[in-house]
Amino acid sequence: MDRCDKLVDVGRRQFLRGGALAAAATATVVALPATPAKATALARIDYPSSRLGNVSDLKLNEPLDVTYPDDSAPGVLLKLGTRVEGGAGPDGDIVGFSTICPHKGFPLNYVAADRTLNCPGHYSRFDCEAGGQQIWGQATQNLPQYTLRVDDKGDIYAEGVDELLYGRLSNVLA
Amino acid sequence: MAYKRQIDRLPIIPADAKKHNVTCHYCIVGCGYNAYTWPVNKQGGTDPATNAFGVNLAEQQPAETEAWYAPSMYNIVRQDGKDVHLVIKPDKDCVVNSGLGSVRGARMAENRRSDKTGTQQQRLTEPMVWRYGTWQPTSWNDALDLVARVTARVIDKDDEDDLFVSMFDHGGSAGGYENTWGTGKLYFGSMKVKNCRIHNRPAYNSEVHSTRDMGVDELNYAYEDYTMTDTIMLVGTNPLECQTNLFLNHMVPGMRNGAKVIIVDPRRTVTANACEVEAGAENVLHLAIKTGTDLALFNTLFTYIADQGWVDKDFIAASTLQGDVAVAQDEAHPAALGSFEMARIKCKMSLAEGASITGLAEADIVKAAEWIAKPKEDGSRRKCATGYEKGIIWGNDNYRVIGALVNIGLATGNIGREGGGVCRLGGHQEGYFRPSDAHVGRPAPYVDQLIIGGRGKVHHIWANDHYKTTLNATEFKREYNRRTNMVKDAMDAHAGSTREELVDAIVGAINAGGLFSVNVDIIHSQIGQAAHVILPAVESGEMNLTSMNGERRLRLVEKYMDGPGNAKPDCLIAAAIAQNLERVLREDGREAYADQFKGYDWKTEEDAFMDGYHSGNPEVTYDRLRAMGNNGVQEPVVGFENGQLVGTKRLYTDGKFTRHGREDGKALFCGGEWRGLQAPGKAYQRDNYAFLINNGRANVIWQNWFLDKANDFVSDRFPIPYIEINPEDMAELGVKAGDLVEVFNDVGATQALVYPTPTARRKETFMVFGAPNGAQGNIVNAGTNELILPNYKHTWANIRKISDAPASAADLSFKSMEYSAG
Repeated sequence: MDRCDKLVDVGRRQFLRGGALAAAATATVVALPATPAKATALARIDYPSSRLGNVSDLKLNEPLDVTYPDDSAPGVLLKLGTRVEGGAGPDGDIVGFSTICPHKGFPLNYVAADRTLNCPGHYSRFDCEAGGQQIWGQATQNLPQYTLRVDDKGDIYAEGVDELLYGRLSNVLA
Repeated sequence: MAYKRQIDRLPIIPADAKKHNVTCHYCIVGCGYNAYTWPVNKQGGTDPATNAFGVNLAEQQPAETEAWYAPSMYNIVRQDGKDVHLVIKPDKDCVVNSGLGSVRGARMAENRRSDKTGTQQQRLTEPMVWRYGTWQPTSWNDALDLVARVTARVIDKDDEDDLFVSMFDHGGSAGGYENTWGTGKLYFGSMKVKNCRIHNRPAYNSEVHSTRDMGVDELNYAYEDYTMTDTIMLVGTNPLECQTNLFLNHMVPGMRNGAKVIIVDPRRTVTANACEVEAGAENVLHLAIKTGTDLALFNTLFTYIADQGWVDKDFIAASTLQGDVAVAQDEAHPAALGSFEMARIKCKMSLAEGASITGLAEADIVKAAEWIAKPKEDGSRRKCATGYEKGIIWGNDNYRVIGALVNIGLATGNIGREGGGVCRLGGHQEGYFRPSDAHVGRPAPYVDQLIIGGRGKVHHIWANDHYKTTLNATEFKREYNRRTNMVKDAMDAHAGSTREELVDAIVGAINAGGLFSVNVDIIHSQIGQAAHVILPAVESGEMNLTSMNGERRLRLVEKYMDGPGNAKPDCLIAAAIAQNLERVLREDGREAYADQFKGYDWKTEEDAFMDGYHSGNPEVTYDRLRAMGNNGVQEPVVGFENGQLVGTKRLYTDGKFTRHGREDGKALFCGGEWRGLQAPGKAYQRDNYAFLINNGRANVIWQNWFLDKANDFVSDRFPIPYIEINPEDMAELGVKAGDLVEVFNDVGATQALVYPTPTARRKETFMVFGAPNGAQGNIVNAGTNELILPNYKHTWANIRKISDAPASAADLSFKSMEYSAG
């Protein structure tokens, strides 16, 4: 009856408004195992908590290359010097963004002069001081931003992403 | 807060998902997409055998991958009454876009109505009638009966001038061959309605009369011509924002192949910036003319090029009229048309005079002439592909300025040849098939002014929202509200009466100066607030729909979902109106007139297509178009061979031109001299108000925001439309980024958020057109050209602060829109 319980769980889940059908953690449509599996099917991604660096690694307005939630998802950490949307740390000015353009997956370049990430592919630009809002561009998302937590040692952890990353249909790959 | 969807994964398209051909239904470019649909309780997986891409989706995909789609490309909709997943993603094999999707087209799925995900709940599902002080949902029979009864009271055989009609003339989301035929057959076939206007202009006319009169239809090239030309000339157009994938997929490759770029625009746009990035600043010539002086520039270029002898003499001799004037200037022709020599005389303008009028340096005008027409080092003819749009169409002296631009193309032999063409870039998709409109006359009636003046008794509106988009909108809205309220009051005063009594009351109110308004649309639009009957329509994809893009590429969009509720295709709504009119007229004993409304026994939009477009193009059927996929066929279709429709890549390759009634196949030149600001009232505004209020589209928004106002990604970015202002002007006005300002002049007022724009010239601003929360049309005066083409671009106004940035604007970015490499 464990298999039935799992299917009932699937049926109970609510659709997120404007969002995706919550998928089972198993990625294929094969039958569930007859014996109870250890991994439960979750409604949303279970993001890893990853240490990206320490506050002392950051210089004002100089991007630090990081990857999150895995090595094939490049991004940057930035210390902006002013308190901003999504900013972590004692001054609320540490932010992290994916640097893969959500339009066609080209790598973004940071322009320190106006704290924007710019795409050479089709000229899209994103404002790091405004939650990654697309100032102008062809992406249909604002730039995915990391949820950051800074602990009392100054270590910076990424623990989530707020938009779907380009090039993967699940932010955490199976 | 920047809008974030918090979507961390999407359902995977299974290998056995249905795949449909889709042409984007927004802009003229018509990028190719595919819609994938599959049952809601099924899903694909990461294993290559289980997903539509045959790829291991447990791995990160590379840039430009086909194996990814954004959340905006996904939704859950109804198909044949059942819930399905839907993904609409760009088609890599479509030659138009090669897999690119713009910020507009890539949101097609998210912009559908879904009762599961909650998107676009504003889409209409039921007919509505004004009843008991508001709109009540009702049945089609009830709504159509009221429309037919009231309409039949104000029209009779050969007496239809009291029926006013506003209808789209384009393809795409609100249009297409099926729907232009349905409405066209009703108003120009069964009836001969004269008092009609189009979605974006207040009369039934062409945006480009002069080029057509000259024999040059306005879509005469192929997009690939941009990739094989020496010079790209962009006039009054901002293609990176408004025809995005034409720019990215055809113009940019052209620049990478060495093409230079000339941009004629008083304003520096993101297009200019991108051209400099791609071609190098030394290969881009931005002619930032004084606004409205394009005609002087083109006459100067034409004169200079002809004087240098940089013309194609053989082409002029073989393909253009020899002699003098062929069509004299008159009420229907704002300039004389005739031979090259005639035009040289009429259009003559020296470099000095041209420079003085346009504010350009003589050296820059010469440079432009060289880039357009100077023979290359090997002596061969220099190729130039020219695209123009609303900067001159809605600009100063429409007929003459477009004629002057086409003059240059003709003189240099750049029409009908590879790497050439003089074309409008377009706004919407196209898709026009209607009976003749000759009965309307030229110049056509100026419908807005007639309505303001109390004329018209019944108004049928099809997918138009004049409240957001028409000129002189302040006065139009005030009068339209007043006249339609008279009818609403009469209807309310007769609540509970019989249908006959109600119709009598409506007619009484109409005869006292009221107006009965019928609104066919997909949302409850702003002009729909004045409607007495609202009829819900469906969009492309919710019906099969054919349309044509800016290089005449005809495609069929395959229906992939049900329309909302009881909404119907416009062509079937038109048919139902015709059938109800026939019934009502027969009941009334008007048999001969009723007979005019026969011939609408259509069950589906395909029936309408066969009755209309197919009747004029017998090789073209839905099955054959389906087989052509997203590459379709370029019109005109000339045959059917080996299972494929055969089309026409470029027009006029044989050097013979269209002459709309004349048979000699010779193109005409336009003899229109410069005469300053042509439309009435413009010079007065220029001389009495401080700021030029230029206006146009913005990249992220489609058209008049009819869907985007309910799309969080867009409305988060711009809750209120912006006005681009130079920071020094901002300082003088005492305003900061994001502040709310009022823009006001002699004809009205509107509002906008301040967007600091260092590249804007002093006292020259730019507003987004058609916005629900700040209609720029409120301050455009009623002045048009002789053929009732509006001049939206030439508006001047003053600006005052209303308030500090509203809360909705507090977190917005106001940084420069221009890409920077660092």
